[in-house]
Amino acid sequence: MAREIAGSADPADDSGLTSGRDPAGDEQEVSVAPQWKLVWWSFKRHRMALVGGIITIFIYLVALFAGFLAPYSNDSFDSEYAYAPPQRLHVVDDGEWGLHVHGYRAEQDPETLELSWEIDESQKIPVGLFVRGEEYELFGLITWDRHLIGPKDYDGPPMYLLGADELGHDMLSRIIHGTAVSMSIGLVGVILSFLLGVVLGGISGYFGGWVDNLIQRITEFVISIPTIPLWMGLMAAIPSHWGPLQRYFALTVILSLISWAGLGREVRGKFYAVRDEEFVMAATVDGASQPRIIFRHMLPSFTSHIIANMSLAIPAMILAETALSFIGIGLQEPTVSWGVLLEEAQSIRVLESAPWMMLPGVAVIVAVLSLNFFGDGLRDAADPYKS
Amino acid sequence: MQPTHPYPAAPQTSVAAEPGPPAPGEPLLRIEDLRTHFFTDEGVVKAVDGMDLTVPSGKTVCVVGESGCGKSITARSILQLVDQPGRIVGGAVYWRSGTRPWTDLATLDATGEEIRQIRGDEIGMVFQEPMASLSPMYTVGAQLSETLRLHRGLNKAEAREKGIELLRRVGIPRPERRFDSYSFQLSGGMCQRVMIAIALSCDPALLIADEPTTALDVTTQARIIDLLKNLQEQNGMAMVFITHDLGVVAEIADEVTVMYLGTVAEHGTVDEIFGNPKHPYTRALLSSIPTMRGVRSGGSARQRLTAIRGMVPHPQNRPTGCPFHTRCELAIPGTCDTEAPPVARFDSAGHLAYCHLFTEPAERRELHTQATPSAPVSVIEPEVAVIEPDHEPEQHEPDHETHPRTPARSQGQPLLDVQDLTMHFPLRTGLSRRARTVVRAVDGVDLTIHPGETLGLVGESGCGKTTLGRCIARLLEPTSGHIYYRTDDGDQVDLTRLRRRELHAYRQQIRVIFQDPYSSLNPRMTLGQIIGEPLRVNRLARGSELEDRVADMLSRVGLRPEYIRRYPHAFSGGERQRINIARALVTNPRLVIADEAVSALDVSVRAQILNLLVDLQAELDLTYLFVSHDLSVVEHISDRVTVMYLGNVVESADTSDLYRQPHHPYTEALMSAVPLPDPGLRTARHRTQIPDDLPDPTNPPPGCPFHPRCPHVRPDRCRAEIPELRRTGDQRLAACHHSESLTLTGVS
Amino acid sequence: MLGYMTRRVLIMVPTLFVISIISFAIIQLPPGDYLTTMVAEMEAQGNEIDEAQLDALRERYGLGESFFTQYYRWITNVVFHLDFGHSFDWNRPVSGLVGDRLALTVGLSIATILFIWIVAFPIGVYSAMRQHSVGDYAFTMVGFIGLAVPNFMIALVLMWIGLRYFGQSPGGIVSPEYADAAWNLGKVLDVLGHLWVPIVVWGTAGTAGLIRILRNNLLDELRKPYVVAARARGVPETRLTVKYPLRVALNPFFSTIGWILASLIGADAIVSRVLNLDTTGPLLLRALMAQDMYLAGSLILISAVLVVLGTLLSDLLLGWLDPRVRFRYGR
Repeated sequence: MAREIAGSADPADDSGLTSGRDPAGDEQEVSVAPQWKLVWWSFKRHRMALVGGIITIFIYLVALFAGFLAPYSNDSFDSEYAYAPPQRLHVVDDGEWGLHVHGYRAEQDPETLELSWEIDESQKIPVGLFVRGEEYELFGLITWDRHLIGPKDYDGPPMYLLGADELGHDMLSRIIHGTAVSMSIGLVGVILSFLLGVVLGGISGYFGGWVDNLIQRITEFVISIPTIPLWMGLMAAIPSHWGPLQRYFALTVILSLISWAGLGREVRGKFYAVRDEEFVMAATVDGASQPRIIFRHMLPSFTSHIIANMSLAIPAMILAETALSFIGIGLQEPTVSWGVLLEEAQSIRVLESAPWMMLPGVAVIVAVLSLNFFGDGLRDAADPYKS
Repeated sequence: MQPTHPYPAAPQTSVAAEPGPPAPGEPLLRIEDLRTHFFTDEGVVKAVDGMDLTVPSGKTVCVVGESGCGKSITARSILQLVDQPGRIVGGAVYWRSGTRPWTDLATLDATGEEIRQIRGDEIGMVFQEPMASLSPMYTVGAQLSETLRLHRGLNKAEAREKGIELLRRVGIPRPERRFDSYSFQLSGGMCQRVMIAIALSCDPALLIADEPTTALDVTTQARIIDLLKNLQEQNGMAMVFITHDLGVVAEIADEVTVMYLGTVAEHGTVDEIFGNPKHPYTRALLSSIPTMRGVRSGGSARQRLTAIRGMVPHPQNRPTGCPFHTRCELAIPGTCDTEAPPVARFDSAGHLAYCHLFTEPAERRELHTQATPSAPVSVIEPEVAVIEPDHEPEQHEPDHETHPRTPARSQGQPLLDVQDLTMHFPLRTGLSRRARTVVRAVDGVDLTIHPGETLGLVGESGCGKTTLGRCIARLLEPTSGHIYYRTDDGDQVDLTRLRRRELHAYRQQIRVIFQDPYSSLNPRMTLGQIIGEPLRVNRLARGSELEDRVADMLSRVGLRPEYIRRYPHAFSGGERQRINIARALVTNPRLVIADEAVSALDVSVRAQILNLLVDLQAELDLTYLFVSHDLSVVEHISDRVTVMYLGNVVESADTSDLYRQPHHPYTEALMSAVPLPDPGLRTARHRTQIPDDLPDPTNPPPGCPFHPRCPHVRPDRCRAEIPELRRTGDQRLAACHHSESLTLTGVS
Repeated sequence: MLGYMTRRVLIMVPTLFVISIISFAIIQLPPGDYLTTMVAEMEAQGNEIDEAQLDALRERYGLGESFFTQYYRWITNVVFHLDFGHSFDWNRPVSGLVGDRLALTVGLSIATILFIWIVAFPIGVYSAMRQHSVGDYAFTMVGFIGLAVPNFMIALVLMWIGLRYFGQSPGGIVSPEYADAAWNLGKVLDVLGHLWVPIVVWGTAGTAGLIRILRNNLLDELRKPYVVAARARGVPETRLTVKYPLRVALNPFFSTIGWILASLIGADAIVSRVLNLDTTGPLLLRALMAQDMYLAGSLILISAVLVVLGTLLSDLLLGWLDPRVRFRYGR
């Protein structure tokens, strides 16, 4: 029945491409719309996916401008303020506009010597936008010292909008700095595994035969082994003297070494499906060369699927990094990622006295959730030609 | 919609009167003003909009129309089987049977007990895709027993016994074993028999068959139709038969309803519809199908087909007034495009049409058209390649109404000479992947094509015709054999010996038109890129010259040159096939392989494309290899025909010779299976019946590959000796041991 | 069916072989062999080194010989004597260390898979049958969140809630007061009271994933022609759904045993660490940290083999359930 409707006369109408638009004015536009435009039109209709996409872009912007957005640098701390609780940001000061936070009053338990903090209402720390602070390098190029928000007096008492950790690091700054690492691991790892997956999957899918058989067995094997123990084994084998950057790359390589398989399988499947499409045969009859058939005719027909799959693979990478760092064999200080930050939240005692240490977890959830929504919508929109 | 209702008898009045079984000919089912709409995100699609249908007891009513006309939705609405987001929004479906007074099925709860009792018990149903209509998780026997146990209360053993009996009745060999088979172990024809057995298991008073033979081969189709006819005679049941194939209609129908855009265009007996059609749509449909009239009348000239311009609009863009007026040659401006057509009755028995032409005052009618509506079919002017009503037809003057049948074959040297070509596909089965069996898709084929002629290549699916075409186009690497191609300067080149690079020159000269108008065009490329691709990769043209050649080609195939920047998604199936043709012809080829090029198209569009192919052949001096399963299309377009069976050529001859008197029993069987759109031939034709299952292609039978199905098989050489393809007459070849001693009948 | 089973089991052999090679490679990864590490360790503790004992060990593991010789000795010991080598960190044979913990891991995994099925099945079916209903949207949303939250976060939050509002940690498998007690009703109840936490924590992501798969599969199947055909022969609606689309949609339940098991065993290390459970995960982590490579490699081998066995089991169940699978490979 659906066939009978779909198989009817005017495809510009029956694929629903003209939906909601004035048929007279827009028919021309639909007719000459390239694929990305059709994908965008159908993606737009997914409200959750759109929201997810916007948040994802926002998070990547945060990662990009971390130095500017964070009030403090990655390694500035004040150990006097260990586990200081979050301060409230006040906007109005005695009926007038004036950003400020209140200071702390510390009390030490005479028996356990534990510090407990209270907000000191009498103390006012003026806060400003675009304040001068520590120097940082934007994109590793431009040296600047302005921060979006921070205490007006840089040398005065510190500001902890999301509380402080054991050493008195500002959690807000650390989460912002961690964004860059966590989100980039997802991206870099996915790009690496994408390259592996596309090359191997492509070879497998295009050539078929014993090549395909071999690569298929490898893929099946990689998929069938439990990933986390293997990650753990490989990560533990990294020499301890490696620097943060080397560790970072080792981690991305290890993550992508294992996760290319799913993507590779996807690419192979698509290659197989497209190889039998008549338009690929037509390209052969046209006399197109092998590379041209692959890159001009076959690949474009599933790039949108691959992009959607990649955006769905990023959150898995982020979760894997978080998990490995959390148990202490992923990234390590002084590198700051969400997982590294969460490692400090492991002990029950910390949780009890400083629950804000779990906040990096909220960042993980938001990032993964929005990426999932985004990728899901993209996957649904990836084939706008399906009726 | 219609002020005067065609069935004035209100069924309610007859409720109390006659509770007994309706006498033969009395109405059993009455659909009145049925409206089934689909509520999609894009708006309401009125798939069925004011449909009327009456089914008399014991009779067969065919519902015919092109795709998108709402035939299947009508069939499904009867039993409330329309899926979301579809809904019956108006009208009534009155049903009565032996025990049931008139009941409006449309008012019953779709998931309720009452309609459930009717489904499968009083009304059986058969669907288009037999394989998909059976669950792969259960044996066919389990699904067959299910109906018996539900409606007849049989226990497992009784249901099994009755089920096997039913399978035997529908002609399934060894039913005891088949009962425990799964659907994926059976062929499409066998699955359809199972579906019929399920539908008939409770002796329904009505069988609804929704395109039951469309997915099947022509020989299988013939056997299924015969089966349905026989079963109907035995059971005395009525049948609603949905189809797009007018040949099938002529075979099986008592009454015919022609549907267009969700409503009735014309209704009458089968003789009235074929002998004296009234509605312009009916007449246009009838004249747009190849009828083998040339062969049957003994003429040697090819009739040009009469195409309907444009295509069926999407139900969402349903035209105002008469739905057909946008494509109608006789439309009266100011009337047909504004007012819904009234019903016109032509006799008391119920021949009627919804058309303005018959109620218009005569003088106004004369004003708009010279034709009288009851004039013969041929008054509708042949019309080529008109895509949109406002669009001038391109340069094809319809001056060559007919084409001479004898082309330039006398030029002697063949353009293409295929010798002993084989194409074997390895199949991996079993535990060790090394144990290979081989499918002999093409198994030692000889074939010649002469310049300027059209060679038709026919056979059932799986006979290797498409593989052969692809080997010639060098899309596949043949296992062995030679393909000699004669170049412009008269040299012969063996294409199988050429390497990739050397092939390039010939890729421009041998081109392919593909079957599927959707998958054959890359949706990510514009028409300019698609059609220009062969020019670009072969460096034949570039820049503005390339664009000019593409634009020129577009107008030659009847599309506007401005479309060059559009993407394929902006075009319908027929238009896409024009693009496909443009791509094939843009390199000025000499040989064009058309692989089922019109099989996916509706009849009216198919006629447009066939005419276009014929015109272009004359214009550009082309040679065609026309691969098709459709014998009437092949008869229409080909000068010579080659018949393939199980990877072998079994017969080859001039078209008219072959169709008049085949020299191979397989050809005869194919011919007799083709349903002809002429109800008068129904009883006259002698039907050769052959079993409908192809042998396993990995394990072909010894001797003549056709002998297990051959009605003329003789005990001597057929089972032992493989017949050679040999000369059996002037310009005739056949591969049968007994060609000379058999008198076979072609299309009578 | 027999042909299918044989084929399926045969396919497993090379997989197991490659897994064992990789596990052994991981054992060999850190610089220096196992004995040098052990000697360094013993020297650091100021212990005497018994040369005779060293030679015996060298002989036993084929140290100093080629990789494959060493691999051969290791794997034959594993296969024929269940001797996985020696943990220098614990100074005990690996096999003795692993036993109890493995039982707990396997037990918890099975319990978690059952939990996932019990929760995912009704929700998945409901979501598909009532597509676009409020409940469907709610479950879909919860499913998305379930997939996005790292399971150690759930563990952390549960612990925090337990601590904050109930004054006790829900970690561990047994409350301290029962730790050394003999088994009695109280202890059983106590264990059950603790067990649900790791099961919920472990099962969330798998449940969310399975709900989505089941829902999508069922929606696909509900539109298949054979469902309409069955309806057209008068099969009642409930029976229709259960017998036809649901039966096919059930495939993921079996086909996912493999990957759920893999992810469970993977997540084990992380979750058990937070929840303080004596499963194999924390043992592996500790072994890796201490470069106790025989223990680590053996644990990786064991968990990989478990997953392969799980996949085998799920494929066999699939073959039993789905005639298409059976006949495709059974020829």
